[in-house]
Amino acid sequence: MEFTPNIVGFACQWCTYAGADLAGNLRCKYPPTVKLIKVPCSGRVKPEYVLKAFAQGADGVLVGGCHFGDCHYKDGNYKTKNRMDLLKQMLEEFGFDPRRFRREWISGAEGKKFAEVITEFTEELKELGPNNKLIEEVV
Amino acid sequence: MADKIKLGFLLLGGCAGCEMSVVDLSENLVDALEHVEIAFWAPTVADVKYDDLESMEDDAIDVAFIDGMIRLDEHIHMARVMRKKAKTLIAYGVCSALGGTAGMGSLHDKKDLFEKAFKNTPTTDNPEGIYPQAECLVDGKYDLTLPVYQDKVRLLNQIVDVDFYIGGCPPHYSHVAAALDAIVTGKLPPKGSWITNGKAVCDVCERNPAAKDGEHRVMLNRILRTVDGVPDDDTCLLQQGYVCFGPITQGDCGGSCLNVNIPCRGCGGPIPGVDDFGAQAASTIGSILKDENVTNQLREKYPNLSKFFYRYALPSGILPKKM
Repeated sequence: MEFTPNIVGFACQWCTYAGADLAGNLRCKYPPTVKLIKVPCSGRVKPEYVLKAFAQGADGVLVGGCHFGDCHYKDGNYKTKNRMDLLKQMLEEFGFDPRRFRREWISGAEGKKFAEVITEFTEELKELGPNNKLIEEVV
Repeated sequence: MADKIKLGFLLLGGCAGCEMSVVDLSENLVDALEHVEIAFWAPTVADVKYDDLESMEDDAIDVAFIDGMIRLDEHIHMARVMRKKAKTLIAYGVCSALGGTAGMGSLHDKKDLFEKAFKNTPTTDNPEGIYPQAECLVDGKYDLTLPVYQDKVRLLNQIVDVDFYIGGCPPHYSHVAAALDAIVTGKLPPKGSWITNGKAVCDVCERNPAAKDGEHRVMLNRILRTVDGVPDDDTCLLQQGYVCFGPITQGDCGGSCLNVNIPCRGCGGPIPGVDDFGAQAASTIGSILKDENVTNQLREKYPNLSKFFYRYALPSGILPKKM
């Protein structure tokens, strides 16, 4: 059986989540691999949440927020960028493939981009295979 | 007079600094001996052997303190023995609670660590590359053994049930006194808790600009390491650009490091509600960096961020070792 990746997506309610809605309205096709979690702002996503998602079986994690300047709370996504950049470096240092983690800016008008990102991410994760190493370590 | 409370101390993979904190109680320790008695203290202070602990009856010790992390099979064995002999077990000091500085070793494999320790240090002369072996037969008849090295650093609570945790590297003696007082008077928190005053380091820090002048948050516009200069000894170190983990660390130390112009590195353990110290540090510090340039500066100045953010807590993290 072909491996279907399991993606946990944290989506800001103002942009990326609205973008996902639009992708549906536009009838864009993308693989059913992503489990979206609606958050008030991408700045709400702590690096700890990303690590927990990986430890509990996610093959990939996506954090989606608004483009710079568009944040409903002015600077939430700038904080997301700083935090997630630091997290990404830490993942690399732990020998964890940083390609499993993505930070994307997808606005409410970019339904098509949402579908493209999920398709591309799914393809990449298919190549990387299941996230077994961390799961074995945690169990 | 009621029976004295029997205390036990056991050092595993640590430096015995935590036990020095007990000794640092000085007269207070002498006073406390009215209420407590030391039933076991090895391998540092009392002249007792592991066998003596093994031959004790179960639950013979009222409160046991274990300091140090777990890296050898001997540590695992002794932790289990102590758990059986003790009614209450305290992970004493940040090593047994969160892994401590030795926990950073989990970012390397055994080969790297052995090569560094037994071959490549400047003072070591080992051209044949002889490394410690768990078993060795000497002269064909003496079968010698050493404890077996484990693949990663473990915390005490990954081996046995732990009733309480005390942070600090080492715990400040005033905090040890407070903890002993809580034990003697029976005012311990619910099981599984940290014994702490519940305040962050910033809360007890005399530099805290919010407490001093009611100042609001200032974003960092540069990053400095302690080798880059001498910080002003009155201003908040974070505001000066010296990354300090005071906001997310338990302040049972009374801000000792800050009092001598050194930024907090998080030995007190995370404040309540934080499971993963390093991830929280990335979050807290990430949110006060002014812009991308400052983030890049941080990544340049600290080429291994994980070892910086997880200085005392790496094995307790969600990613417990190098994958």
